[in-house]
Parts: sequence; structure tokens; C-alpha cells
Amino acid sequence: MTMQIMEGSMAVAETVKLCRPQVISAYPITPQTHIVEDLASIIADGKLDAEYICVESEFSALSACVGASAAGSRVYSATTSQGLALMGEVVFNAAGMRLPIIMGIANRAISAPLSIWNDQQDSIMMRDAGWIQVYAEDNQEALDLHILSYKVCEDHDILLPAFVCFDGFILSHVYEPVDIPDQKDVDRFLGPFTPYQRLDCKDPISFGMYATPEYYLEFRYEHDEAVKRAGEAFKKHAKEFAKIFGRDYSELVTKYRMEDAETVIVAMGSICGTIKDAIDEMRAAGQKVGLLGIRMFRPFPSADIRAALSNAKRVAVLDKNISLGAKGAAALEIKDACYGMNIPILDYIIGLGGRDVKISDIKEVVKLCEAGKGDMFYGLRQEVL
Amino acid sequence: MVDKSLELFDCGHRACGGCGASAAVRMILKGAGENTIVVSPTGCLEVFSTPYPETSWKTPWIHSLFENASAVASGIEAALKKQGRLGDEKVLVIGGDGATLDIGTLCISGAFERGHDFTYVCYDNEAYMNTGIQRSGATPYDADTTTTPAGVRSMGNSRPKKDLPQILVAHGSPYVATATMAYPMDLMKKVERAMNTKGPCYLQVHAPCCTGWGFDSAKTMEIGRMAVACGLWVNYEMVNGKLESVKKVKRVPVDSYLQAQKRFRHLFKPTRNEEEIAKIQAIADANAEKYGIDL
Repeated sequence: MTMQIMEGSMAVAETVKLCRPQVISAYPITPQTHIVEDLASIIADGKLDAEYICVESEFSALSACVGASAAGSRVYSATTSQGLALMGEVVFNAAGMRLPIIMGIANRAISAPLSIWNDQQDSIMMRDAGWIQVYAEDNQEALDLHILSYKVCEDHDILLPAFVCFDGFILSHVYEPVDIPDQKDVDRFLGPFTPYQRLDCKDPISFGMYATPEYYLEFRYEHDEAVKRAGEAFKKHAKEFAKIFGRDYSELVTKYRMEDAETVIVAMGSICGTIKDAIDEMRAAGQKVGLLGIRMFRPFPSADIRAALSNAKRVAVLDKNISLGAKGAAALEIKDACYGMNIPILDYIIGLGGRDVKISDIKEVVKLCEAGKGDMFYGLRQEVL
Repeated sequence: MVDKSLELFDCGHRACGGCGASAAVRMILKGAGENTIVVSPTGCLEVFSTPYPETSWKTPWIHSLFENASAVASGIEAALKKQGRLGDEKVLVIGGDGATLDIGTLCISGAFERGHDFTYVCYDNEAYMNTGIQRSGATPYDADTTTTPAGVRSMGNSRPKKDLPQILVAHGSPYVATATMAYPMDLMKKVERAMNTKGPCYLQVHAPCCTGWGFDSAKTMEIGRMAVACGLWVNYEMVNGKLESVKKVKRVPVDSYLQAQKRFRHLFKPTRNEEEIAKIQAIADANAEKYGIDL
């Protein structure tokens, strides 16, 4: 293992190269741009033999991936925020067509008002689209989840697309030490893409036919079953990944100092790093606080979360998103997962649009939670309201 | 050479009797040949040919969405190129005028600008027929549609057809042509030529719709020929931006073509509207002058 210090975007691009996609189709958008620039350079320098389609919009970026994947090629795209919103129709369509497309999401807030900064509203708004969604805590995880997602998605028992989510700027633009795997190990783990079906004149089939009421319900059922199976498939392939690469992602939720935790913070993405530091300080002060990180948001690992929270006295969910008029997406899901457990689950909408979340903020949230105050926006600047 | 006996579009589909589009597609596939991967946007064709689990397509076929067929085709072409299949297998989009002239234009412009090696054929029935005869950018001047109804204050569609072929000529397309299902050999040969021309090629095919235009379903071919005879539809080929061939006609006035279709009946009843008919005649005259179709 050789650790290298590089920008998150470059680490992702270097890893996508190792996965040998044949077609990359992307449109530039902050903060995803460095990834697609780096991939373009990698191809221009002859380090990856792939077609790079410079499309005229994100809508076409994902549409081209649909075509290339259906024709039997491994494909890659990356986007964020408005780009993902523009792709919306194709996002649902690609999943319904059961195409194993991998797309990196450098998470960013959604307009209006325009914000180029980080939260997770973009991928969360696509939670019902039938894609696998995984969230990285750091850059190493972001790159590893790319490799692992190809393996899971191309599994003929799964055949789904996946978002590999990593926080915009906080991860995408930050230099961290990472271990970029060896090509031969990635080749051994992934192998070439073997499509379940492909557009082929020697064996003509029709893709994307329409379904009457006699069939549509069953299509949706089978899609849902595949998404549900993806959790176990992820665990299985992650164990194999761990044997080759030495890093274990086989838990769909991550646990930090959860042994005797009375107050459990639940969060997704890079904020988990800050929370761990806060927990260390709180533990040192005698507070029994732990972290449950959500690595996989779709399928939602309800059973794993229920089991992990079985001894918690209270739960503080930190959501970098909001289903306006309701709650944060993670809180809604966790309340569902823990139904009947009789533990208070309080939601905190935090860090939207790039608002920095500091160790002191995490401690404050824990204080609020222990006082029974929650289901609120955290950190509002009352003076500008 | 076009193999006229080749049947790649199977019978049993759900098109209306007398559908110009379905007849056009059958001919288009004869011209394209069997090593063709077809992309269809949402529309009449997609719906009448592929109710799951049945399909009329004997070639590989894919439908993704309404507006993205050219982008999907771009991806297929890129994948075939990388897999060493491009050339042995070719990519053909067949879509209606709504998908082509309206909602899908951005994707078409992008794909043509990038220069993908594929052919786009638009079957032009001059309105959104699948949803029930709403106006599109291809709807001709004064046509009565469900969203441009003729009425006391309306003569129907107030704008002439968008000239997408010339927009794609401006993109540098090596082969842009127009054809009609009413002249099958010409159509098949043009498709064959487009498929054998490297780069993004475009063909717009007049496809009369008896349901939407209001004529007897036995007269689809006749209506198609009348459009050419009066100069409201011009069959031409432009190669690398230069007009190479055009179908010349001994032109007749537009009246008989208009009178044969219910979508123009408000121009004749209760009284003949000379002013509006003259405007339509002027469109045909301008076509004749622009392309030199008069014999």
C-alpha cells in the first residue's frame, strides 16, 4: 500500500480509471468539475482507453450513459445539484431499465437560492428513483465505494445504477492521504463488464417497452426487490473487497463508540469525521455519546439501524437535507425503522448550503437532544430572519 | 442496394389503419438493413409497436424517453466504437416530429455538433398525434389542431413549420434529406445513403396521419403525393451543405391538398377564405423558388 496525498476529485478520477469504463459522459458543474477534467486528461494522455462524450447538458450526459450501458459498455458519469435535477427524468428511467451505471455525486445544495456549497439535498431528492445510494465519510471511502459499486451494480442478481455520494468541496476539493489501489487488484475484483442483455444485431431484443396496467405493478415490484437485495449483495462483495484491498465496508452503517452510548448521533457523509472528534471530547468529559453513520441510504438498512439503536436512550439525527413541510430524510426513515422502540428520535436540519458544522455545534446538538429539544433547524441566524 | 423483401418491422402492431408513420417505418428499415440498432423516442411509433411483452422490432431497439433519443444514440455509437462493432452495426433514430422538432432539439443539436456516426429519421405527421393531435413545431400554417383550434378568432396554427433540416445543415451534417412515405423507393434509397454516410445524417419524412389530418384511411399515399405535387412538401438531398437533388413537379395549386383534409376545412367553410389560402399558396411558391422544383 502506498499512500498518496491528492485532491478528492483526483482520487475519484484515478479510481474510475482503474475500473476501466469504456464510455464516460459528463457535463461540468461545480463542485464536480475536477473529476471530469481529470478523467478527460487521463484519456487524453492515453492512460484509459475510453470514449469521452462532451455532452451539451447533464440530461444528455445520463442519456448517453443509458445508450452506452444498454449497448454493453461499462459507463461512468458524475454530477451534482442542478445537474442531477436536470437529469431527473433519466435518473428514474435508467434505474427502471436496470442499467448498472455508476455516477459520482459531489453533493451540493439545490437552488433557489443558488448555492454551490455542500449539503445532500441533491442525491436525497432522488431517493425514490430506484438507484443504490452510498455516502462516503472520507476520500478513501469515496474512491473505494466506486470500485465496490461497480461490482454490486453489475451483479446479475442486482442490475441497478448507483450514486456514489461524497460531500462537495469538503471531500471533492480537499487533499487527503489515500491509497489508490493497484490496477491488477481492481481487474481481479471487477473483471470486464458482462452485460445481462445488450443491444446486439446478432440477438435483437427490445429495451424500454411500455407496460400496460397488467404489467407495470410487477415491473415496479421486481425493481423494488432488486434494490432491497442490493444491501446483502453489497455486504457480500464488500467482504471480498476487504480480502483484496484490506478495507472493510461490509457494514451498511458505521459505528463509533457505540458500546454503551446513551445518546446516539446519526449522520451521513463527511460530517461523521467532525462528529467523531466531538464524541472523543464528550467521552473524555464522561458523556456516553456514540455515532451511527449511514453508509448506505438506498436500500435503507432499517434492520441494521434498528439493531444498532437497540440500547440507545435517545437519538439525534443530523440531516443535511429537508423534505420541506416534513422532516429530514434520514430522520423520517429512522423513525420508521425504529417504530415501536419507544426512544425519542429528534431531527436537526444542519449545515445546509455549506454552513460550516463545527465540533462545538455537535456538542450543542447533543445538549439539545438530551434536553428533549429537536425536530428543528439547527444554527439559524435569527438576526437575518 | 436496398433489399425490398427485407421485413424488419413485424405486423400485428397497434397503429391506426392507414397510418403513414408505420408504412414509413417499414420502408425505412428496408433501407437501413438488418445490422441496425434503432432508438425511438416516446410517441405513436413507440407505443403502437412495443406494448410489453410484444414487439414489432426484428432489429435491436431501445426506447428511453421522449426527448433524449439522440443522446441515447450518442452513447450507443460511442459504445459500439469502443467495442469495435461500429460499422458492422449502425445506429438509427426513428422519432416523430414532436420528439424531433420540439422537445428533443437540444439533444439532436448536441449529437450533430459532436459528429456522432448515426442517422436520425423523423417521421413527420405534423402534430402530437399520440396525445391527440396537438400542435408541434412541424405543424403547418393554418392547420386546425386540438391546441390550435380554428375558431371565430383563430385560423388554426399561426406559424409555419420549423425548418429543422436547414438547422441541421447549419450544424455541418454531411447528409440532410427530405422524403415522403408516398414515394417508397426514393425514401428507401435516401435512408440507405444516410446510413452509409459517415457522421450525423438527418432525414425528415412526410408521414400523413389519417386520424389527425382527417382523411380517408385508404388515401394516405395519395395525400402524401398531393403534398409534393403542390409544393408544400419538397423532396431534396443536401450533401455537405449543397443541394444535390430535388424532386421536380408540374405544380398544382394548394387548394386540392388542403380541401382533402379536415384540418384545413375552416379555410373553405362556411366560405372560402381567399386571404388565408393565398398565404399558404405563398409558402408553396417560396418552397418552389428556394429549391427550384418547378418543371
